[in-house]
Amino acid sequence: MALLSFVIDRSDQIWFASWQHLSLVVQSLTLAVALSLILAFLVYNSQKLSAVANGLSAVGLTIPSFALIGLLIAPLGFGVTPSMVVVTFFAVLPILRNAVVGLSGVDKAIVESARGIGIGRIRTMLTIELPLAWPVILTGVRISAQMTMGIAAVTAYVLGPGLGSFIFSGLSRLGGANSLEAVVVGVVGVILLAFILDLFLVGIGRLTISRGIRVSN
Amino acid sequence: MSATNTTQSNDQASRTILLDKVTKHYPGQLKPAVDGLMLEIPAGKIVMLVGPSGCGKTTTLKMINRLIEPTSGRIMLGDEDVTDLDGDKLRRRMGYVIQAGGLFPHMTVAANIAIVPKMLGWSKDAISKRIDELLDLVSLDPALYRDRYPKELSGGQQQRVGVARALAAEPPVLLMDEPFGAVDPITRQRLQDELIRIQEEVQKTIVFVTHDFDEAVKLGDLIVIFGEDGQIVQYDSPERILAQPANDFVADFIGAGAGLKQLTLARVRDVQLADPVTASPGEKGADVLARVQQTNHDYVVITDGRGRPISWLSRRQLSRLDTIDKSKNPDLPLVAEGSTLNDALDAMLASRLGAALVTNRSKALVGMITFDIVMKSINQLRADVQTADDESPVGTNTGSPEVSEVPND
Ligand SMILES: Nc1ncnc2c1ncn2[C@@H]1O[C@H](COP(=O)(O)OP(=O)(O)O)[C@@H](O)[C@H]1O
Ligand SMILES: [Mg+2]
Repeated sequence: MALLSFVIDRSDQIWFASWQHLSLVVQSLTLAVALSLILAFLVYNSQKLSAVANGLSAVGLTIPSFALIGLLIAPLGFGVTPSMVVVTFFAVLPILRNAVVGLSGVDKAIVESARGIGIGRIRTMLTIELPLAWPVILTGVRISAQMTMGIAAVTAYVLGPGLGSFIFSGLSRLGGANSLEAVVVGVVGVILLAFILDLFLVGIGRLTISRGIRVSN
Repeated sequence: MSATNTTQSNDQASRTILLDKVTKHYPGQLKPAVDGLMLEIPAGKIVMLVGPSGCGKTTTLKMINRLIEPTSGRIMLGDEDVTDLDGDKLRRRMGYVIQAGGLFPHMTVAANIAIVPKMLGWSKDAISKRIDELLDLVSLDPALYRDRYPKELSGGQQQRVGVARALAAEPPVLLMDEPFGAVDPITRQRLQDELIRIQEEVQKTIVFVTHDFDEAVKLGDLIVIFGEDGQIVQYDSPERILAQPANDFVADFIGAGAGLKQLTLARVRDVQLADPVTASPGEKGADVLARVQQTNHDYVVITDGRGRPISWLSRRQLSRLDTIDKSKNPDLPLVAEGSTLNDALDAMLASRLGAALVTNRSKALVGMITFDIVMKSINQLRADVQTADDESPVGTNTGSPEVSEVPND
């Protein structure tokens, strides 16, 4: 029952770290959605640019997050900034890929008929193409959310906010008092947060995906 | 209410469209897709663009609403030059219908129809009223269909909503690109009939692209026939094209049975019908037979108290009857006055008598139509077309005179 007393003794600290962790992920995710959509809208009309974007997403995902964080210490130092940059970078990749796929997948005839009745270019993007691609984009957001929960933990290496600090401190003192408890709290906390955020995103989907394009009613 | 008397109100009347030496040269293509096209589309008419695939029909249509910008040339809407107008604003004044209606799947039927009026700043009430009006116009019950999504409609219903959406802001012009291409033949026929009825009500200038010549004959006031190279081969009324194809290309395109196709253009009410001998139930068979024998007719039509035909008896059947009874023959070959000669011919062929009875709206007998009458009217149609040399609208290509000759093979 050492774990239970560990949790009870440090509940304030755990709550705070969890909140910071979630906040880091949600903020980075929001930023990533905006960035990905802008990028996707810039490239989706060109097959070449779309291929480049998809290639970069694929390559980007192979970069070890730990290495990237380490590399960012020199230019950005420690703390929130490098953490935010890394988490956002990784969050962009799946969203961008899904946004490009989703937008290219919108039936060209529908877009043409939008233009044909006098809906402007930007308005067509926002009111026709975006809502139609949205289910695919949102799937990308969910993947990103899961993935960046783990990456956010790694940012503790640059003294970033969140549950990663429990994991790092526990691992560095492994065998010492409460070391295992700290690691467990960190890992389980991250998993729980990921689960909660995913539920939230599913809820967003329910609210924002039109009944007209939902796969099952 | 208020919306209809905004600045758009003087726009609702149909307008003549003039394509003035319009050329479209796609980048990277050897020849222009449309070359120096000069085409006048008269106000309030349905003009069909028909021709083989790739001849530039869609390109021509999309240059009218500037979805495709012409490489050169001018486009006039009434006496307004719209070549340099803002494309989006222009398109809000032109209905546009494509295959399957091009409906937005994430919006309800009502939301789809509301789009253009909303962009034009109509009030909520005016839009809502207009949606009901339009759904009624295209024969969809508003209570049932307003809040449905496109995927909850059949192909034909989607197409109807597409037409309703195109008409929403009362545009003077309606552009349709093979709108009925993706529905089954029976639905297509129904949608075509519906469009004819709607046009009687709304009187728009309609440009309609099709590759189906029969559809062109059925719907068109005028037909533009494009050749393989996109040059206009003939621009005329369906009657004249059928009677006098400009060359072998058109004749081939019309296909077999031009005479039969002409029959779909003439209505029973337009021909001189024969007068059958009639009698009423209760009369003596012998009396009626005597009357028939004074004529060259072999049959007598029995009509009820309101003049509606109930049976059709031969001299032999009459001679065996004491009094004529009220029994009704369900298989009488009947056609309405509004039917085409083609329908009449169908009815005649289905009966053994080589003739059909013509009835008016209240189903009363107005006359009889026979093979002879149909034959005569085909000949008459041909003769009319030859004498009536009325003004056909302008339709030529000026761009490449060297390709305007059609090879005779
Ligand atoms: N966007 C485009 N870019 C290049 N060529 C095109 C484009 N659209 C159509 N074309 C070419 O122009 C010609 C006419 O096409 P189109 O107007 O679509 O014909 P239709 O509608 O009669 O089948 C064709 O040869 C086609 O390949
Ligand atoms: Mg076409």
